[in-house]
Amino acid sequence: MAVMEATKGAPPEPPDQRWVWLRLIARDRKAMVGLIVLAVMTLAAIFAPFLTPYDPSAQDFAMIGAPSWAHPLGTDDLGRDLLTRLIYGARISLFVGTSTVFMALVAGVVLGVSAGYYGGWLDTIIMRYIDLQWAFPNFIIAVYLVAVFGTGLSNVIVAISLAFVDDFARIARGMVLTIKEEQYIAAARTVGASDNRIMWRHILPNASAPIIVQATVSVSYAILAEAGLSFLGLGVQSDTPTWGLILADSRSFISRAWWLGFYPGLFIMVTVLSINFLGDALRDLFDVRESKDIGAN
Amino acid sequence: MSGFIFKRSLWAIVVMWAVATLVFFMLRIVPGDPIAAMLFDVGDPAAADELRRKFGLDQPVYIQYFKWFGRLLVGDLGNSIYGSRIEVSRVIWEALPRTLSLTALSFLIALVIAIPAGLISALKRHSALDHAVTFVAFLGLSMPDFWIAILLIITFAANLQWLPAIGYSPLSEGFWPWFSHLILPSIAIGTPFAAIMARMIRSSMLEVLRTEYMQVARSKGLLKLRLVMVHAFPNALIPVVTVMGIALALLLAGTIVVENVFSIKGLGRVLIQGILDRDYPIVQGAILVVSFIFVFANLLVDVLYTIIDPRIRYD
Repeated sequence: MAVMEATKGAPPEPPDQRWVWLRLIARDRKAMVGLIVLAVMTLAAIFAPFLTPYDPSAQDFAMIGAPSWAHPLGTDDLGRDLLTRLIYGARISLFVGTSTVFMALVAGVVLGVSAGYYGGWLDTIIMRYIDLQWAFPNFIIAVYLVAVFGTGLSNVIVAISLAFVDDFARIARGMVLTIKEEQYIAAARTVGASDNRIMWRHILPNASAPIIVQATVSVSYAILAEAGLSFLGLGVQSDTPTWGLILADSRSFISRAWWLGFYPGLFIMVTVLSINFLGDALRDLFDVRESKDIGAN
Repeated sequence: MSGFIFKRSLWAIVVMWAVATLVFFMLRIVPGDPIAAMLFDVGDPAAADELRRKFGLDQPVYIQYFKWFGRLLVGDLGNSIYGSRIEVSRVIWEALPRTLSLTALSFLIALVIAIPAGLISALKRHSALDHAVTFVAFLGLSMPDFWIAILLIITFAANLQWLPAIGYSPLSEGFWPWFSHLILPSIAIGTPFAAIMARMIRSSMLEVLRTEYMQVARSKGLLKLRLVMVHAFPNALIPVVTVMGIALALLLAGTIVVENVFSIKGLGRVLIQGILDRDYPIVQGAILVVSFIFVFANLLVDVLYTIIDPRIRYD
């Protein structure tokens, strides 16, 4: 009972992240729709081989076929089942979308937090670079980087990750600049907490809300960016099914097979829309003002 | 304000220099010898050495850099390494009017959609129409532009056959051929931009409608149309200008992709084809010009912003 109530110096309640998803669903119908769609999409991607009787690259001499009972979304020019290819395509889209944002987040947060915390020449160097990248849209940066690294899926992943680093670095730095002036940070320092401990144990948890919101929104941009790069022929080179590549291939058959051009885009749109719904709801939940404005991918 | 414009212009120049320098060094650091690519890997060492001398690639990198930069300043972007070895500046000069026409038309179309949508949605707040606009805006932001492009081609070119599916016709050959080739790509590029603008106009109109001077104007009994168009709308446009930078990002990124769908040989198509061909001089030139347009347009937006709203100070 002798524990002193630390009043003024106490850290503010960090945004309670337990049951975040449940609270989201309870508050927001759009978020529920988004979450369900994404859950279904993810499960379908994981269990793809059990869901569809077809092999994504199995050719059938039937050639292009309109949607039917056997092939609900039709078949492509090599007789491959479109639905199967789109389900397998979800694997790449979701993987690239989440992995690139994860890498961008880690790199961006490390850069932003160090820049904001230490200040001085480190801040100047990091932020000059971040400002330079900030001057261009993420997608264009990704195209530039593919131009340098060369085409192919792994290069596309690296390019998208790097292209999104600036968003996280700016947010993290901004948060750190406010938080490091708080009394509880001074208190932590007086009791001898190391810089590392202060940065990652005290500051970061309190800076997490806007970073989580940005990460959610970024996944949708990353998925769009991957689809765009694949569509342009800069992504996977083989006949690996990706949404962007399937859409690109559809162009040769545009006048006689509308389904080849319609469904892949629909998959992309529904996925991106669901993530945007979630991002919107999270933004309301955490009461975060928009950082880099929506749509700047 | 002139101090701000000066500082902002200086930063734009620094950005361009940094982009040029990064592009130069990065393209030379990565594996893949352009000379080998040029000789199609047939591997005649003597011929390769000859070419290296010819292009100055046998010299130290920093000397190459200064020479390259000097040529860049006088607009010499080098020659393509394929086919007829055409000058890069000529390729870009031919591509430029296509990209600029496309961007300008996309911008106009987006405004034509966004202004009425945003106004109606703000004036009829919470109506079915407002909800519809919000929903369509959400869709517009989630649809990839290249998919919109394909849907437009399927509908208006392949099925209805109203408009051409691919290609470009210069304005000098008549307005309609020019316009008919650009209208579908412009819609595809302009849609996400229109969605953002409509949402921005809606929220800033709502803000303005709540202000005191609007209440005064209303109490004076001014006509509703006059009220909206003369008093509210111009003020509501000010915050909209802040998203112009983002708008440019969308339009330019959109142009790069969509040009490839409609086979319009603009800067985007030149850039992507250059990447696929590993034609470094072309890639380098296209990146520099795209970046230049982008940096310059953003500078323009920032300056414009201080002019229309003199309260703004960047100190």
